[in-house]
Amino acid sequence: MTFSWITAYWPLLLAGAGQTVLLLLISVVFGFVIAIGLAFAQVSGGRLTRHFARAYCTFFRGTPLLIQLWLLYYGVGSLLPMIPGIRQSLFWPILREGFFFAALSFTLNYAAYEAEVLRGALLAVPKGELEAGYAFGMRRSTLVRRIWLPRAIRIALPTIGGEIVMQLKATPLAFTVTVMDLYAVASMVRQDTLLVYEPLIVVTGFYLVLTAIIASAFRRFEAQVPLRR
Amino acid sequence: MSAPQQGILDLLALHPPGWGGTLLAGAASTIAISAGAFAVGLVLGAGGAFAKLSGNRLLVRLLNLYTTAVRAIPELILIVGLYYAGMDGLNRLLAAVSIPAVEINGFVAAVAVLGFVQGAYMTEVLRGAVLAIPAGQLEAAKAFGMRPMLRLRRVILPALLPNALPGLANLWMSITKDSALVAVVGYQELALATRLAGASTKHYFLFFLASALIYLAITLVSNVVFRLIERHVRRGQHTLA
Repeated sequence: MTFSWITAYWPLLLAGAGQTVLLLLISVVFGFVIAIGLAFAQVSGGRLTRHFARAYCTFFRGTPLLIQLWLLYYGVGSLLPMIPGIRQSLFWPILREGFFFAALSFTLNYAAYEAEVLRGALLAVPKGELEAGYAFGMRRSTLVRRIWLPRAIRIALPTIGGEIVMQLKATPLAFTVTVMDLYAVASMVRQDTLLVYEPLIVVTGFYLVLTAIIASAFRRFEAQVPLRR
Repeated sequence: MSAPQQGILDLLALHPPGWGGTLLAGAASTIAISAGAFAVGLVLGAGGAFAKLSGNRLLVRLLNLYTTAVRAIPELILIVGLYYAGMDGLNRLLAAVSIPAVEINGFVAAVAVLGFVQGAYMTEVLRGAVLAIPAGQLEAAKAFGMRPMLRLRRVILPALLPNALPGLANLWMSITKDSALVAVVGYQELALATRLAGASTKHYFLFFLASALIYLAITLVSNVVFRLIERHVRRGQHTLA
């Protein structure tokens, strides 16, 4: 086991960790917002929105993330240039990047899993609390904002922590679309130095640290608002 | 979109120059890898669960390390790492007994690696399922003078299956999707076959959509099958709610 390469690759490793964390943050934040919409569409939407949300969740939970990523990167990526004028547009430098497609597919995928969690949590909020809100004369939007959603998020909190860790463990797939994340740095070290295990071990250490941070953050959140059983 | 030179049906035709046959062969190997890994995982998981429940300190510690490490490390890293480590270890072992190095069949390697990963999750699922069996049932079996093997066959297994089945179904769903990751180490299953088809025809969107639908079909059919199995193992039980 030799770890002398670390001194030379340290900046790259940190940059890779930055990319990994950025991918995770983007997908979790935007995915969560989409998930709220999808969950409400399933719980209280009309027939059309309900069916759409169901189909969305089934598709994204029923197919591998790798396929979704490649469908976007290779599939949509190869169709995009056919849109007239897109190459001259402001967004082209972003649309060309693997990072954009990785972030997009991770977001859409995370939204599907999170929507399923939130749907269960929305249904788990005690009826009496919602009725109490109505009895106070709250409008539906106020009820959702003040009672229904916050209570559901609190109920789902432990599961959300688990989902975020799962999402972190999925981020290395981004290396297949040329994103220089942690894992890509590890495989670059492998190609340069012909060391197989050492870079993987170091990178694994990074992932374990990130997992520990997420887990302890969620323990703190959960302790802040204790749930009465 | 500009009109493609070949129609969609031509591209998806079963025989060359269509790529439908390649995709279906890839799907078959995805299912074969998944089934193999599921079986290996079941064996490892059953062993792991009973060893954990046996309470042997050293064994429990080792197994805790196994289940925690496998569940904490990203699947892709595990698969790539184990793939190389497994190949390397086996060849060193063979060299030690002076047998020339072998090239391990990609299928066997994929099944072994994915099975090892599944085993960690299975251990937890099966351990939980055994713990959920009411203690009175096991005590009753003991009181009847059943020996351990008979107890396992007549009481533990039938009582464990309904508890374990939802977890096992989840694991099957995730293995069919995780098997796509072996495409990264270069074994041709559905994901890699799709990329090949896309690369040589430039119709990436069509082929990835087609393979997504194949994966979706596998998931949906598995759903139905597991529901039927669950109904069978739960026969005679009270239904909840």
